[in-house]
Amino acid sequence: MGGSNRARRWVVGVPTLWLVLLFLIPFLVVLKISFSVARLSIPPYAPLLVLRHGWPMLKVHLSSYAYLFTNPLYVRSYLYSLQVAAICTVLCLLIGYPMAYAIARAGAWRNVLLMLIVLPFWTSFLLRVYAWIGLLQNNGLINHVLLALGVISHPIVMLQTDFSLYVGIVYSYLPFMILPLYANLEKHDPALLEAASDLGARPFAAFRRITLPQSLPGIAAGSLLVFIPAVGEYVIPTLLGRTDQIMIGRVLSNEFFENRNWPLASAVAVVVLLMLVVPIVLLQRVERRELEAE
Amino acid sequence: MTRRGWFSGVMLVLGLVFLYVPIASMVVYSFNASRLVTVWDAAHSPTLKWYAVLFSDGQVLHAAWLSLRVALSASTISSVLGLMAGIALSRFGPFRGRSLLLGMTTAPIVMPEVISGLSLLLLFIALEHAIGWPHGMGMLTLILGHVSFCMAYVTVVIQSRLAGFDQSLEEAAMDLGARPAKVFWAITLPLILPAVVSGWLLSFTLSWDDLVISEFVAGPGSSTLPMVIFSKVRLGVSPDVNALATIMVSIVATGVVVAAVWMRRRQRRSERDAQLAAAANL
Amino acid sequence: MAESRSQEATPAPGYLHLEGLSKRFGEFLAVDAVSLEIARGEIFCLLGGSGSGKTTLLRMLAGFERPSAGRIWLDGQDLSAIAPHDRPVNMMFQSYALFPHMSVEKNVAFGLEQERLPRREIRARVDEMLEIVQMGRYAGRRPHQLSGGQRQRVALARALVKRPKLLLLDEPLAALDRKLRERTQFELLNIQQRLGVTFIVVTHDQDEAMTLATRMGVMDHGRIVQVGAPAQIYESPANRFVADFIGSVNLIEGRVAETGSGTVLIRSEAPACAIRAVCTPPCAVDDTVWVALRPERIQLQQAPHDGAAAENAISGRVRDIAYMGDVSICLVEAGAALMRVTVPNSSGVLAHIARHDEVRLGWNASAPVILLK
Repeated sequence: MGGSNRARRWVVGVPTLWLVLLFLIPFLVVLKISFSVARLSIPPYAPLLVLRHGWPMLKVHLSSYAYLFTNPLYVRSYLYSLQVAAICTVLCLLIGYPMAYAIARAGAWRNVLLMLIVLPFWTSFLLRVYAWIGLLQNNGLINHVLLALGVISHPIVMLQTDFSLYVGIVYSYLPFMILPLYANLEKHDPALLEAASDLGARPFAAFRRITLPQSLPGIAAGSLLVFIPAVGEYVIPTLLGRTDQIMIGRVLSNEFFENRNWPLASAVAVVVLLMLVVPIVLLQRVERRELEAE
Repeated sequence: MTRRGWFSGVMLVLGLVFLYVPIASMVVYSFNASRLVTVWDAAHSPTLKWYAVLFSDGQVLHAAWLSLRVALSASTISSVLGLMAGIALSRFGPFRGRSLLLGMTTAPIVMPEVISGLSLLLLFIALEHAIGWPHGMGMLTLILGHVSFCMAYVTVVIQSRLAGFDQSLEEAAMDLGARPAKVFWAITLPLILPAVVSGWLLSFTLSWDDLVISEFVAGPGSSTLPMVIFSKVRLGVSPDVNALATIMVSIVATGVVVAAVWMRRRQRRSERDAQLAAAANL
Repeated sequence: MAESRSQEATPAPGYLHLEGLSKRFGEFLAVDAVSLEIARGEIFCLLGGSGSGKTTLLRMLAGFERPSAGRIWLDGQDLSAIAPHDRPVNMMFQSYALFPHMSVEKNVAFGLEQERLPRREIRARVDEMLEIVQMGRYAGRRPHQLSGGQRQRVALARALVKRPKLLLLDEPLAALDRKLRERTQFELLNIQQRLGVTFIVVTHDQDEAMTLATRMGVMDHGRIVQVGAPAQIYESPANRFVADFIGSVNLIEGRVAETGSGTVLIRSEAPACAIRAVCTPPCAVDDTVWVALRPERIQLQQAPHDGAAAENAISGRVRDIAYMGDVSICLVEAGAALMRVTVPNSSGVLAHIARHDEVRLGWNASAPVILLK
């Protein structure tokens, strides 16, 4: 299209510039500081460029990274975060797929149900996570109910366990799984399933051979949308998670705020990012393909 | 629902219960007199005492006012920027820097917030060190920090709306003599206005709700509402938070009901129009 | 584009004049050096399959695509460097592209408002145009409150109200159902004659092209392969592609056996026959040529089993008969070839012929068209 080139340049330039300044460059700052060492000063790290005999010299420290990879505490935190994120992604998929499937097939109720899925998203995430404390704690609602029913004789410890952490993450991220799955499943032509059943496929076989393969892009998008942010989750593990094993988001924040070790916090962030580069690129590819298919 | 769908139907109902029980429990217990959140004090409940506690808490009110101002500014700025980015990405065809812009508008959505928060804070500190701006952390840095991830959501909403409507509408306007700026104001903007509005609402919610990035970029004197809530609930269950949750849930629910009624009315009107058009065909 | 246009470029002789117009998308050449003359007041149809380049050509005329090479002249004015919103050309979109948030009246007025005409004049011209397309009663309606045919008329009114020098119509009837399409075709002709605007219609539907066009151009692979009046293109196609694309045809490959005295004799193997044609194309003995025979120009008879191998006649066996109402289509196996013959049902010929019957096919020497490529 023709049009005034000056206007076009502004429309492209302003958001690009904003994001470069406030999204891209900050990462470069983090990267830079991760190659420094902590010291008592303002700011609390050593500059990378130092003057020696009047010449600027680049002084790169790898000590933060070395510390990260040799200290089992950090390695374990990374592995634990990946494990939690993976388990929660699978749980979200197992719960979210049937829900998305049911909504896609719900006819006139579709929009209402979709609204019900999105609605919690509009109310405070923090408050919804907080609500689980009241439900899961030893004298909480769930233990009360189970005790009253006589199912258990002593309250079960649920808070600050892996269980409560999974519940919290699955609960918070479920809509992110359901929405892309729904968007995919809703596009399926019901005639395909009719054709499969006409050709003799039982319902489950039809699902496995027709619906499931077609919904793979939705599964991929939903899983990545849950997995990526879950790895770095901070609020949920703080409120609901274990105290003896913390996730990497907590580690980062502790190093930064409590130990004031900015280079180490930055190195933690850089390594998390490196772990997430592949999933993020995958996600962008899946989404682009879905957008082009429309 | 057919027999085939019973499993997914049951899962849907259970899933919805899972999503709504925590919210319902907060609403119910906000009227509970007992300090022990989950013990229902039947003698003195329901009561509004936690609402009174909440509204006399100066810290909460102050934080809410700050959050409101930050959310209004951040959502407005990110709507404008997101609108520009969305239009550039879905209407300008290939241009230099397109994949950079595309990447930068999708990445913030999934980026772990601790990383975004840390990197923004370090940038602000480095900037302050280098050029003396911004002067410490506060409302300005909160707004700047929130815009970066809010605009990503707006961009996605705008892009999917633009993908759904026929580009020939814009070509037709141009063909009829409208210059590009006129095409935008007369055709494109009115048609994607619903997307801009929902993008704004989404940004407002995200900014209003944000905790992690705010923790990094807020600075000592300026705590947002989520930050105050977080420090309260970290120390244990606090019943006035239930009251706050109930208020927020009722505001959202009211908004949704109003929107639903309005949409329903509009839909009914368009159904009638469709019948009219069908009749005209005869 | 070039900053300075050479002034000595001579204005084109025709009203619309395309000169070596090409459009390349990356490696793909969508439009390949099209040159064309169109007179004022014509209805010119561009006919072609999908991917033939007809829509790209139209979009270059409207200004939505920049030509990779070549020029466009309209009424002595070089359009090449003029932006779409400044061109005296309007388009009726295939999807109609009616603005959904504006009433019918606002839609039609939109183009005039861009010209900053006085409000009274806009009003008068919109009303007049809505009367012409018989949509005056619906001025206040929104597009989604209209039927498909009504939308089509609003789109037409919106494009015509600007009094363009050239109206481009992209598949104008494709979105209408069959009955409505026929009626609209004649309405469109009526309006065009009344206003005298030059029309360029893009379509893939040959019936549409045939009824609308004063002249048509058949497009294939980005080139215009033949230009002419509809009858001319149907009766004497320029090559096998056109013969096959327009209507149905029997194409027979053969070798020239004799030439001279205004006729040519061609021998073919499938079906094995001798074809004598009255036309005299520039071909020599032993050239390979193709003979195009329209199904309705072939006569079908019950076979008199004389077996004599006459010119312009073959015998065969009926494989299938399809009853179409006004005509029947017979497929006849003649040796290795399958010939298609249309027989008017009113002729009564088929009363005595059934499947598997032996039949004889014959035609006049004026029926075959000799094609060199």
